[in-house]
Amino acid sequence: MSKALLYDSTMCIGCKQCEQACAEQNKLPYDDNIAGEQFQSEHKFTAVLTRGDKFMRRLCMNCQEPACASVCPVGAIKKTALGPVTYDASKCMGCRYCMVACPFSVPKYEWGKLAPKVRKCTMCPDRVATGKQTACAEICPTGATKFGDRDALLAEAQQRIHDNPDKYVNHVYGMSEVGGTSVFLLSSVPFETFGYRTDISKDPMPMLTYRVLSHIPDFVPLGGMLLGGIWWITHRRDEVALAEALERENREKRGGKQ
Amino acid sequence: MRPRLTFWKLTFLFLMAAGVYATVLRFTRGLGASTNLSDQFPWGIWISFDVLCGVMLAAGGFTLTATVHIFNIKRMHSIIRPTILTAFLGYVLVCLALMYDLGKPYNIWHPLIMWNPHSVMFEVAYCVMLYTTVLALEFSPIVLERFKLEKPLKVVRAILIPLVILGVLLSTLHQSSLGTLFLIVPEKMYPLWYSPILPLFFFVSAIAVGLAMTIFESSLSAKHFGLHLELSVLQELGRVLIVVLGMYAILRVEDLANRGVFRLIFQPGYQTYLFWIEVSLALILPLALLLQRRVRNHPQGLYWAAVSVVLGFITNRMNVSITALEAGTGVRYFPKWSELAVTAMIIAGGFAMFGIAVKYLPMFPKEAVSETELGANALPALARAGLEHAGD
Repeated sequence: MSKALLYDSTMCIGCKQCEQACAEQNKLPYDDNIAGEQFQSEHKFTAVLTRGDKFMRRLCMNCQEPACASVCPVGAIKKTALGPVTYDASKCMGCRYCMVACPFSVPKYEWGKLAPKVRKCTMCPDRVATGKQTACAEICPTGATKFGDRDALLAEAQQRIHDNPDKYVNHVYGMSEVGGTSVFLLSSVPFETFGYRTDISKDPMPMLTYRVLSHIPDFVPLGGMLLGGIWWITHRRDEVALAEALERENREKRGGKQ
Repeated sequence: MRPRLTFWKLTFLFLMAAGVYATVLRFTRGLGASTNLSDQFPWGIWISFDVLCGVMLAAGGFTLTATVHIFNIKRMHSIIRPTILTAFLGYVLVCLALMYDLGKPYNIWHPLIMWNPHSVMFEVAYCVMLYTTVLALEFSPIVLERFKLEKPLKVVRAILIPLVILGVLLSTLHQSSLGTLFLIVPEKMYPLWYSPILPLFFFVSAIAVGLAMTIFESSLSAKHFGLHLELSVLQELGRVLIVVLGMYAILRVEDLANRGVFRLIFQPGYQTYLFWIEVSLALILPLALLLQRRVRNHPQGLYWAAVSVVLGFITNRMNVSITALEAGTGVRYFPKWSELAVTAMIIAGGFAMFGIAVKYLPMFPKEAVSETELGANALPALARAGLEHAGD
């Protein structure tokens, strides 16, 4: 069963315990300065943004069909059946196509290191694999970040909007964006306030490139046949010309003897 | 003659020194210290120019080998060797540039055993590896002849046609795949450059640049290495160039109209200006020049039209990979001096290696005549020029 996170920003009190738990889980430094940073970075995989009295988390959406995993030439990024989108640094060669391709611009890079890694929230794959919640969901004191089965969480998110239509923007962010994600967001103010694009494609991004790539197995034999055929025809003319010239020469020789 | 030579030598040494210093910086302090790249803008000039433009500028290789060996147009044979040399050097330099840009360059071989056929970058990686190998083999007869290694020479000549076919297929895939790379970021790119037919644009423009580069380097070789300029051959390339540029122009206009963004080309702004620089250099100016018979038949006219095409499509690749992404993500990127220094060193190295190859290898050999004696009346002059030069 695929797992997911539901973050209901109306229940969030901005305590940032999720940030701290995430840092501990991923062995990242955490102090007051880092707590004040309002963006994701190579040392901060989730950030609680503040706009007035409203809060919103930013983290990897762990897409159902992730662009980052589809573009990785060595398969270092993988979507697991349980939901997390994981990263294997030992495979990575550092082409950074994942960073370019991510529609949410989530993956970050260790620019200062000589053996840099791509860094992002991976939805605590080790914890999820052993039946535990993600670190951020476990620590959340108000239940604003909730971990559970993806289908059940999506139904719950829609139910919350249905029960309190005045309280929420009528949209579960992540339900349909880029074909659906494993992180759902609820908000009382437009998602754009926190930099979430709502004009984003509803179709999975990987199809955009795979539509083209899938033609290669047809193109190679057909193209080879065509080029080989052109070569055969264009050179046939030379052979004919040569044969005719030889024949003419022979005829002349024979004519000379007679 | 002598002071000009010294000036170029000094420039070359300066570029090499700056490049070496930047190289040290890159490999001892990392990408952060040696580039202006950031999480918001992860691909810079090493991808935009060194890789995207580098591969495009090498397109003469497949364009001309297809013309000569597949379409059997023999009078083009006289200029095929320098073109293959350019392509081979181009690909070697692209591989070199990748070693700078990859975060962990020592893992560059990973795609060999770690596969992801859904990734365009995987396709790109295989095209680079395989086509560099093919180009090395296509180039090898020139080296083998020089050292009179007859046996391997026979082997390479025996597999030449399958090799050329493979090279054309790989090039088609590679040139277009560099456009396909950007298909996955429709929301991040300015609409003047994002198009579902980016792969087709990249492929057609690669052919145009392949032809233009062939004219460009043949003219330069004639000027700087005292070789006879094969004007009739270049004029013919100029005619084909008109057709290819015309096709590209039609595709571009249709694409802008189909996507309903035609009005953007008259909307004042940074992107619009760069769009017009690109279109003027790549299409308008060269077409205006080449369509006049007087210009097309003149070596200088052909040369400048070719230069304009090359500069125009360099602008195009930079616009796709920098201007369009800047606009879509709201960040500004300008390369750090060390990024420019590495790029300049690579370009200077390319020119130097071309010069060395022309000087020491049989780029215009007598054999070329015997290979193509059928219907190649223009050849001996060039071959003679090559022979005279070989005595230097």
